[in-house]
Amino acid sequence: MKAFAALFLDLDRTNKTNEKVELLKQYFSSAPDKDKIWALALFTGRRPSFKVNSTQMQQWAAGEAQIPDWLFRESYNSVGDLGETISLVLPPHNNTLTEKSLSDWFDYLRVLPSLTDEEKKIKILEAWQQLTQHEIFVFNKLLMGSFRIGVSQTLVIRAIGEATKMEPAIIAHRIMGNWKPAEISFDELIFKEGENDNDSRPYPFYLAYSVEGDISGLGDPAAWYAEWKWDGIRSQIIFRNNELYIWTRGEELATDKFPELHILKNLLADGTVLDGEIVSFRDGKPLPFNMLQTRISRKNLTKKILQDAPLAFIAYDILEAGGIDIRPLPQQQRRENLEQLFNTMQATPVAHLSPLLVFAGWEDLKTLHTQSREHAAEGFMLKNKTGAYQAGRKKGEWWKWKVNPLSIDAVLIYAQKGHGRRTELYTDYTFAVWDADNTLIPFAKAYSGLTDKEITEVDRFIKQHTIEKFGPVRTVKPELVFEIGFEGINKSARHKSGIAVRFPRILSWRKDKKPTEADTLENLKNILELYK
Amino acid sequence: MRPDLLRFNGSSIYCPIADVHIDPSIPVDRAIITHAHSDHAKAGSRHYLAHKDSEAVLRQRLGEDISLQTVQYGERFTINGVNFSLHPAGHIIGSAQVSVAHHDMVWVVSGDYKLEDDHFSTPFEPVKCNVFISESTFGLPIYKWEPQEKVFDSIRAWHSKNKQEGKVSLLLGYALGKMQRILKNIRTENETIFAHGAVYYCNERLRQAGFDLPRLTLVTKDIDKKLFKNALVLAPPSASGSPWLKKFAPFSMGYCSGWMRVRGAKNRRAVDQGFVLSDHADWNGLNAAIKSTGAEKVFVTHGFTSVFSRWLNENNIEATEVITRYGKEDESEQPIPGEQDSIKPEV
Repeated sequence: MKAFAALFLDLDRTNKTNEKVELLKQYFSSAPDKDKIWALALFTGRRPSFKVNSTQMQQWAAGEAQIPDWLFRESYNSVGDLGETISLVLPPHNNTLTEKSLSDWFDYLRVLPSLTDEEKKIKILEAWQQLTQHEIFVFNKLLMGSFRIGVSQTLVIRAIGEATKMEPAIIAHRIMGNWKPAEISFDELIFKEGENDNDSRPYPFYLAYSVEGDISGLGDPAAWYAEWKWDGIRSQIIFRNNELYIWTRGEELATDKFPELHILKNLLADGTVLDGEIVSFRDGKPLPFNMLQTRISRKNLTKKILQDAPLAFIAYDILEAGGIDIRPLPQQQRRENLEQLFNTMQATPVAHLSPLLVFAGWEDLKTLHTQSREHAAEGFMLKNKTGAYQAGRKKGEWWKWKVNPLSIDAVLIYAQKGHGRRTELYTDYTFAVWDADNTLIPFAKAYSGLTDKEITEVDRFIKQHTIEKFGPVRTVKPELVFEIGFEGINKSARHKSGIAVRFPRILSWRKDKKPTEADTLENLKNILELYK
Repeated sequence: MRPDLLRFNGSSIYCPIADVHIDPSIPVDRAIITHAHSDHAKAGSRHYLAHKDSEAVLRQRLGEDISLQTVQYGERFTINGVNFSLHPAGHIIGSAQVSVAHHDMVWVVSGDYKLEDDHFSTPFEPVKCNVFISESTFGLPIYKWEPQEKVFDSIRAWHSKNKQEGKVSLLLGYALGKMQRILKNIRTENETIFAHGAVYYCNERLRQAGFDLPRLTLVTKDIDKKLFKNALVLAPPSASGSPWLKKFAPFSMGYCSGWMRVRGAKNRRAVDQGFVLSDHADWNGLNAAIKSTGAEKVFVTHGFTSVFSRWLNENNIEATEVITRYGKEDESEQPIPGEQDSIKPEV
């Protein structure tokens, strides 16, 4: 555990990518195989669930520290990280028991889900007593909560690539899929050539950057395809050895969530992998994302949900045909291949070819771009006809060109301290608009979009203009106006405003506006009417 | 009934009977200064009184010609029938608790304090009193210090590692207090230690006043950069992120502060290494100090005032939070209260 805890803290300490890669590389070169597979699982979001209740963990820690629960909560508010708070309040132990490795700890924890609460408590307290403060913190991270320390999958892949002297794309491919750290060794996963059990494996998605500057900077328009950028769930549909697998970009095997797509089993040829978007779809037309949102999180898909939120897969690329990886082929050839597939495949209401847009020059495209929302699209994807399909976020072959977000001017009314790197500052804001009675109605929370300097300024304002405190939340004098951007808007019974916006974020601080000049709920409802 | 021997008027702790202010933030006629940190010692008052060991830095910071009377720890002096004495607070050199006694009542103003002996300032001594006015900078149970020797071990280990990697060890901390503590405990063997102006001039002033401190080498514009190779450089926190740092590359930046206990604070400062070393009492220290005064009433200032006073009340110590003139801000507005540097960096 010492080595992994040190790795964790070192990674946490630096924000330089090269240093992070170097640290990971050293770890993956030197750690025991069993620890490496667990580390990899943790860094790629495969932490097993131990069914621990974070409220109970707080109570156990507060009990050990001999402090009341409210004081623990105050401490948590100040630290901003539960696992860390626990590690800081626990009394120090000078136990020098034999060191357990990362995998030993996972072995130790494996029984946890089957234990009673009292047994869990004993098990966890015993663990805490064997560890130093930093180790307790990392241990708590293994047990619960998020594992975010600025290590992206790409970074881990780079590091393992350097440590094993292998092609990153191959590693990216091998670490995808549904493997479990308890059932496979690091060497097996990374070095073993693919076999049948790899049927489910998706290819790493090619992720596009936003186009920089004017679109004409891309050069000759004839060298590019343009398609609508669909607002749905980026997915790969895999059909191998008579099994269908649906992977989403979040690297989730989500086959079961889309039963209506299972018909593709009967339609696709063996050894086919398609890249595309699962979108809300009704009467032959894609719909905005929010229809889909209602069913994503559901565990049980009832008939009613399936009826209310119909969907379809819009395909825009083919990565494997006849069992052969065709990602290196130029876009144009893959496109022809894909069109061929759709020409010969029996038509189905649940799968469509993403149409290419016809345009003579960039000016045409600019006009068309303004109609994106009417097509339930977020803008365009531009794809170089000669480009290969890349792995991960890369510049060059694909660009996304999104429409400007919807926006509204709103007043800051509540603030809460940030988490992680921003625990000292108030960075989580709630914004409100005016209703007909001149009352401010909260409608969105937003975290990002301000510069560090602006954050400091707003933080100072909040501290000096607090009207009330409710636990960690402060009610702030309604004075600051911000332009809030969002990607979509929907009715919501859960929100006081009756409206839910998607991906809200701060676009700008409107220092030129008084709070009375902020937008109204009426304005928001008008946007809803336009885009629902 | 407890007469108000001391009052909190927003800009000082005031004794109406003696007409004396303790650590006033505005100019007054008579001021008692607990210690020379710039948020406790403000310029402009007519007469000052402080501990003898505060004199050198106080004059450096407030003006050489201020009217300043100095006393020793435990020395009694009377103003308008009120008996005063200063007692060691262990915070920095010359730091004092102020005992204010009138008839049968004793009030003690803690100023800033810590319980661990830092081997430079006179160690904290508890003073029995009826009313104790305590700081609460680190008044949350997450703040618990390790014995300083452990911290100095890790500073030494960090410095050796930097040397091996050919890096300068750039150590940040407050010029007054923290730096002397480091110098007295780090024990480098005959190594040239470089210092930023803020650290250098403070150290020089204390040396001139007769304190036993090692000589530092001032970092000047025209100094040969090669001299810094593998060296230890001391600088105030304000140096972080400034162009002044460029000349030391490649370097590793360490920061000594109690706030380094929490990861978020450390990461926000973008330091390579945080050393949890504070001149304030930690959670256990605050509780121990308060208990040892035997006070029946505690006023909580500077820091986590509301949380800490609630905690005391729940533990059968009557406590009230003091609302300072900065409004009811109880957390980290000033990341390190009492440790600001008044001397601007030398460029």
